[in-house]
Amino acid sequence: MTAATASQTIGPYWHLLEDKSWANLTRFGAEGERIALIGTITDGDGLPVGDACVELWQPSPAASPTWDGFGRAATDVGGNYCFVTLKPGPVGGAPGANTPQAPHVALTLFARGLLIHLQTRAYFDGDPLNESDPLLASLDPPRRATLVARPVGEQNGIPTWRMDIRLQGVDETVFLEI
Amino acid sequence: MTDMPDLPFRPFSPGSQPALDNPQYGSTAKRHPNHALVRLPMGQTVTEMSAPRFSPTRYPAVVDMTHGKNALGERIIVQGRVLDEEGRPQPGVMIEVWQANAAGRYDHARDQHDAPLDPNFHGTGLVFTDADGRYSFTTIKPGAYPWRNHHNAWRPNHIHYSLFGAGFAQRMITQMYFPGDPLLALDPIFQCTPDEATRNRLIAAFDLDVTQPEWALGYTFDFVLRGRGQTPFEENHP
Repeated sequence: MTAATASQTIGPYWHLLEDKSWANLTRFGAEGERIALIGTITDGDGLPVGDACVELWQPSPAASPTWDGFGRAATDVGGNYCFVTLKPGPVGGAPGANTPQAPHVALTLFARGLLIHLQTRAYFDGDPLNESDPLLASLDPPRRATLVARPVGEQNGIPTWRMDIRLQGVDETVFLEI
Repeated sequence: MTDMPDLPFRPFSPGSQPALDNPQYGSTAKRHPNHALVRLPMGQTVTEMSAPRFSPTRYPAVVDMTHGKNALGERIIVQGRVLDEEGRPQPGVMIEVWQANAAGRYDHARDQHDAPLDPNFHGTGLVFTDADGRYSFTTIKPGAYPWRNHHNAWRPNHIHYSLFGAGFAQRMITQMYFPGDPLLALDPIFQCTPDEATRNRLIAAFDLDVTQPEWALGYTFDFVLRGRGQTPFEENHP
């Protein structure tokens, strides 16, 4: 058996790859409940992380010719990211498990200074399934709160949710070992 | 052997991946979490075990990063395979590629290194693995460049890669280096992988069989993505 290739940092020049249209997961014409997911990424000094690559992956809704469930956004100089996507529904749990997972999206962070990516999730405040979600239920309330996006009104007519991400320090976001 | 999509991906082999906190790489200081990573109490789920699938019709391949233009530098061909930890070929993997030009300058607004840009070289490519897990592309050998991590710090020649496998738990971003580079011993980013054998697999092999006469030098570089299965690495669980 050969161990997986070692991760290396994405570095500060990954924007050569960037296609800004990827931040809109509905760009191929997917229909459903459109939402915006926005947030600010800050470091251990509270300073914005202005060179991050944020990837959003959601297995719900299921893939279709107009929807692959994946997006990528760069943070701006203020550390802000913004996706337009479809509100996910609940999905199954681990194989063989009966407890469904509350609606969520996976967020993956790459940046200069991250030798391997950080992985987290955004859940949606007020969803009744959050109470029984296996991951959320396993966390104490202050830590759990870092994984829950809050509604912040509308942006360009689209219901908008905010999920700030703190890499280090007070209110540090829960990051996952996958 | 058939694929087993319902099985979770194995944990990383200890020492095969860098720590998030690395005192030799200054940018990690304020960007690494202080809390331990949280394991999913229910194990991996569809969110981790499945992944977006990218169609070459929607994401067109770019296998010649010089686009047939006279990019300055040493023309090279890089080829290899994407395998899992059991050595099984991984078809349909999308690989994004980006790099500096031959002078060690990225075509990027934030790169202010005093080295020339090359109007014939932007530095991006996109390839998909075939049914045997193989990929190949043509580019120029990137130059070394200074960075400000410490006094007189220089990055070794390297090419950046981003890979999308069949499960998002396999998502990988890495860098490929070149054999014989004296900067490797001095580079905190290359040196960050604790396990020596895994670290040295980040160095491509010069390959005369890939080299094309009167055209380009050839290098071979294989990627290994996490495999599925419950079996831990026995040597790490005495």
